[in-house]
Amino acid sequence: MNELLAVKNLSKAWFGVPANSNLSFSIAQGTVTGIIGQNGAGKSTLMGMLGGTVLPSGGEMFWRGQPYQPRDAADAIKAGIGFIHQELNLFTNLSVAENLYIDGFPRRMGLIDWKAITQRTREILARLDLDFDPMIQVGRLSPGERQLVEIARALHNEASLLIFDEPTTSLTPRETERLFATIDGLKAEGRTIIYISHILSDVQRLADRVIVLRDGKLVEQGPADQFTIPLMIRSMIGRDMGGLFPARSNKPQPDPILVAQNLTQPGVVEDVSLTIHKGEIVGLFGLMGSGRTELARILFGLDPFQSGRISIEGKSPEQGPRARIEAGMAFVTEERRAEGLMMDASIAENLTLVQLDGFGAGRLGILDRWSMVERTEQSRTELSIKAANIQEQPAKALSGGNQQKVVIGKWQIGNPRLFILDEPTRGVDVGAKFEIYSLVDKIAAEGGGVLMISSELDELLGMADRIVVMNRGEVTGEIAREQFDRERILAMAFREVIA
Amino acid sequence: MKLRLRRLTDLVLNHSSLVFLACILIYYGLQAPAFLSVESLGNIVKQSSFIGVAALGTTLVLMTAGIDLSVGAVMFLAPLVAGMAMKHLGIPVPAGFLVSVLTGALLGAINALFIVKLRVVPFIVTLATMFLFRGFGIWLTSSTQFDFSEDMRRFGLSSLFGIPTPIVIFALVAVLIYVLLNHTQFGRQIYALGNDREAARKAGLKTARIEAAVYVISGACAAISGFVMIAQIGRLDAGFGEGREFDVIAAAILGGASFFGGVGTAFGAVLGAILIQAAKLGLVFTGVNLYLQPVVLGMIIFLAVFADAVRTRRLTNKLKRTIRPLTRS
Repeated sequence: MNELLAVKNLSKAWFGVPANSNLSFSIAQGTVTGIIGQNGAGKSTLMGMLGGTVLPSGGEMFWRGQPYQPRDAADAIKAGIGFIHQELNLFTNLSVAENLYIDGFPRRMGLIDWKAITQRTREILARLDLDFDPMIQVGRLSPGERQLVEIARALHNEASLLIFDEPTTSLTPRETERLFATIDGLKAEGRTIIYISHILSDVQRLADRVIVLRDGKLVEQGPADQFTIPLMIRSMIGRDMGGLFPARSNKPQPDPILVAQNLTQPGVVEDVSLTIHKGEIVGLFGLMGSGRTELARILFGLDPFQSGRISIEGKSPEQGPRARIEAGMAFVTEERRAEGLMMDASIAENLTLVQLDGFGAGRLGILDRWSMVERTEQSRTELSIKAANIQEQPAKALSGGNQQKVVIGKWQIGNPRLFILDEPTRGVDVGAKFEIYSLVDKIAAEGGGVLMISSELDELLGMADRIVVMNRGEVTGEIAREQFDRERILAMAFREVIA
Repeated sequence: MKLRLRRLTDLVLNHSSLVFLACILIYYGLQAPAFLSVESLGNIVKQSSFIGVAALGTTLVLMTAGIDLSVGAVMFLAPLVAGMAMKHLGIPVPAGFLVSVLTGALLGAINALFIVKLRVVPFIVTLATMFLFRGFGIWLTSSTQFDFSEDMRRFGLSSLFGIPTPIVIFALVAVLIYVLLNHTQFGRQIYALGNDREAARKAGLKTARIEAAVYVISGACAAISGFVMIAQIGRLDAGFGEGREFDVIAAAILGGASFFGGVGTAFGAVLGAILIQAAKLGLVFTGVNLYLQPVVLGMIIFLAVFADAVRTRRLTNKLKRTIRPLTRS
């Protein structure tokens, strides 16, 4: 077998935190290699290094036996590596042909040679058995067709290695079948393929070899027929825990706070029902693109839903987030920097932001500075925010963990009864994680309901009373704490049980 | 039925400028039939050429999701520099025209420098240069009126094969921009950049160079506009071109360009300019109260911008990322 790409001891660390450590593998020409791993296992970093957008901090890569050190995306394209991304990089306002040639049109007397590009585009499309007009606008194609146009673009660049990153997320089953047929065809032509996906049955269907990444390390590799789906799942997970979580200090009560019934929004969520009780921590688990955050946004009134019902403590709230806040809901977003905090404002200002109304003294609506200072100092003690002066210091001066405490704290001031926490511990160190978990436990112990969204299954297993699993916008399972089973939950998330 | 109605509104939204123009022509034509005479229509086109050329340049800027507020000031300063060169160096009008275009391009390059190299947002940069360019011109003239030679007016009122020179220049620039946008690599890359900046970078396009060029072209177009307009009257006073940038931007938006980038055509800019002029002239023809005219004009521009917003929202809704296939297909 002819070796096309080899990687030796390849490593990458971001600010000292390893994302990939000592990866070594090789890929033979004309094969399909499936790469699998949980979110954060290091797949994207690896792809970035192959594609020239991430600079390795150690190790070597070899392309056709020669050292390969791409400096930017153009180097990778020149070498013959083509990417087909999950989020497509096509220009929807241009035609298929223009998308293929945008970085270098064939020209005659300075003007674009339309005849040549339509002709050549038609040839490339024919090779992929695509029969649409080269001049059709990409914006008018379906997601599946666009995916195929991306492949056409890679072929146009004479790519000998095509890397597919979660290509089927937005495709219908028929489009997926068509994509697979195309991949088979490419393989028969002698092209080499790397296929990254969370859909393990797809990996099984396509791959000759499988590589499993976990925590930035390559934990297993071998011929695909040695990997059953349970085996894949097992090698993707498997880490000890204990002492990482505070003990849950209360049992959920029987009365529900939030009841969502049959929520449907086309293209986003389908028939989702969910109940959160007083004093309960419900974990919402799903892979990236499973619809977790989208569901949270709908529950909080940020996005619309077409049909279904939401009620909070027996009443249906009016539309929009303001009404949800008044009904007692709080939403800690995933994007702490972008949405949750005003980085340049003081910690105290951030804390009082949501409940400014509560500090209006008298009818004139002039803010009562003294009660604000008093209340924020109280929060600071409760949350043990580590800052010298919360009235003066800007939020950006805090560590990630302390920032997160401020975000939770600003909601707590309004005494909400239902918290939605989206990835509350992302980018937070272990010590601060424990404090955040304790805070979450305290919210529940005081009778609040919590919907905790996370891609880290471990923290949900550690904290939740119940875990709800989503996949592609649907709820695929629900498990109570007594029956927590890591493999079953992952299977639900990867949907192998349902499929 | 509902779907058909939606298609119809889509069609109207996508061709809103044509629909507007037709409405205006029909409405004023019924009110004052003289409005539709050949002479009056020719007058509309001639008048629209003054902002039309600048609107063509602005269309390119809008296409990259940028904005150029310094257009009015460039219209003032670039012809002024040309006028001074003509007066003191004794160069003929065509050479003066060239000086004006080059000065405009240079002023555009100053905008580009701040926007592309120093990464200041276009709105702020061109707001600053709007004052800067005008201030510089006022300093040059000490705020007095500047008189051009008689040749300048002769040029302004001349015609080629019976067509007034301003219209000829308007048509030439329009054809040039059309070819640039539709038949050159640079033009298609402007569309790509406006559609998805990040993807353009990933595809290996030289985004900085494209963006810079767009402001240079906008400056040159504004300079041509100013020069041709001044040639009609043969003199220049300190307030010339002030506020014109808004007419120009409105014309471009009316012509289908969008503040959000990625869309716009040369034909649209021409149409937009004619539309504004037709609306203005129609108000005069129908004898609408002089002081009410800006209000009516403002409403027309608002409608056009509103149509743009609706159109863009429709478009983004259509392109919104879905995480599961829509069951329809």
